[in-house]
Amino acid sequence: MPRRSTTSRRQLRLGLAFASPWLVGFVVLILGPIVASGYYSFTDFNLFQPPTFVGVDNYRTMVGDERFTKALFNTLYLTVFGVPLALSLSLGFALALNSRVRGLPLYRAIVYLPTIIPIVVSVYVWRWLLNAQYGYFNRILGLLHLPQPNWLEDPTFTKPAIILIGLWMVGGTTVIYLAALKDVPSETYEAALVDGAGPWQRFRAVTWPAISPVTLFQLIVGLITSLQLFTQPYLLAQTRLNAAAGGPDDSLLTYGMYVYQNAFVFLKMGYASALAWVLFLVTLAVTAVLMLTSRRWVHYG
Amino acid sequence: MDRKARFAGRHALVWAIALGMLFPFIVMIGTALKPPTEVFSLPPRLLPEQWEFGNFEAALSAMPFWRYLGNTLLVSGLCVVGSLVSCPLVAYSLAKLHWPGRGLMLALVLGSMMLPPQVTLVPLYLLWNKLGLVGTYFPLIVPSFFGIPFFIFMLRQFLVGIPDELLDAARLDGASEFRVYWRIVLPLARPALATVAVFQFVWTWTDFLNPLIYLSDSSQYTLSVGLYAFFSEHGVDWGPLMAASVMFTLPALIIFLLGQRYFVEGIATKGLK
Repeated sequence: MPRRSTTSRRQLRLGLAFASPWLVGFVVLILGPIVASGYYSFTDFNLFQPPTFVGVDNYRTMVGDERFTKALFNTLYLTVFGVPLALSLSLGFALALNSRVRGLPLYRAIVYLPTIIPIVVSVYVWRWLLNAQYGYFNRILGLLHLPQPNWLEDPTFTKPAIILIGLWMVGGTTVIYLAALKDVPSETYEAALVDGAGPWQRFRAVTWPAISPVTLFQLIVGLITSLQLFTQPYLLAQTRLNAAAGGPDDSLLTYGMYVYQNAFVFLKMGYASALAWVLFLVTLAVTAVLMLTSRRWVHYG
Repeated sequence: MDRKARFAGRHALVWAIALGMLFPFIVMIGTALKPPTEVFSLPPRLLPEQWEFGNFEAALSAMPFWRYLGNTLLVSGLCVVGSLVSCPLVAYSLAKLHWPGRGLMLALVLGSMMLPPQVTLVPLYLLWNKLGLVGTYFPLIVPSFFGIPFFIFMLRQFLVGIPDELLDAARLDGASEFRVYWRIVLPLARPALATVAVFQFVWTWTDFLNPLIYLSDSSQYTLSVGLYAFFSEHGVDWGPLMAASVMFTLPALIIFLLGQRYFVEGIATKGLK
């Protein structure tokens, strides 16, 4: 390669030129706003008057804020129970669909379907399904002689209702698992079969290690998505003309909803920014912990 | 015999899964087609005894459905244009141009995929507010013209697979880098571009939070916010609500059926590392 330095400078110019839309976007729509929201988190700001600096007051307010604690608890509840359940179910679906069934594309499309319809529609349909009196879900539970809770009114059951809707929407993770299962080396699998390994042993020894990188990826994405959950609880808690609703006993108030309410209902932009920053740090911490502990159970083949 | 039983067992399991997934859709359509007297029947019946379209008429007269549909088409269509213009450019830079800082930039793209939108929610709103563009479609459309991290990554994974020799041959013939991109890379990337288009379309089509925040005038509403407003005004009027839901679902469903292949391939690359 002659004229190395001019070539590399040309390469740099070209690279930056092609990448420029996103580089500009990154600075204007991501980096700038992250820094700005860091600044606003130390101010009192209601949109109509210029922000006034209040130091760490917003962060101190959180400590005594009962709705903050409640929102944090609800979000952790939904994450701790919802994410592992959804991942297990999608892996189960993927295993079932991967077992040489005829018409796989059709079934795969059906499982994926709930994730592409408008989320507003999904939540309203589930509000109807979970209606304690006229809903079909309790009707089915009744036919099976199972208890029929008041899903949307009883604070104990509103969060399970959210998790249930989440389980209906595992199509994306299922399709990713299906693709990963197709890549499991069949020789290893057959070798295990010859060695007389049963289905569970084969899963433990061959399938699970092979899909562990995908599981780590889905776990991280699932946790992040769950920590910022907004639309489903917001619409389940929706009452007529009350944007500050949090469901019965605030049992549906998630962290994402609380950020939204502070910013756009109470117009406490400073406090909302502080809340958002805490969420950002928690997300980073959770991702870091997962990446670090993953070495013990993720196998890169 | 044993094999036959296992075959049947597998299919029964898959059928059960499919039925469970479809059940809410069946209820939605069933309720939409019921006359008001049947909606609150006890015990609830799956399908109406008497089929009628009164709920659809009620929903259509209670809200400007066609207007919402037009608005949503406009926003979704422009977002698709934006993504198709910007994302392949950036992906090409990350996949086929060798420049210092490329690795760092790929890391930034991946990191941005993980960023919770709440973090940038307030300052972005303030930015659009300062520009006087809250209450317009600009906040919904403009970001796609800067490139969406998920699509950039997906396209990059696709472009990496194009052999360098192909591009080098054109470069030796004196083609400019942009010409190489435009005449060789983009045509080859057509399937990946189709995937980006269907994803972007459906995501914008079903988005709720952004239109909720940025649209103030009801004449601008997209379908999602329109349905939300319908609920706020009419409460739980289940028949018309389910009829409206059916109408809102149909366009997304049609796109999904037409572009199913791209969805499945696209979502599968998400898990690739």
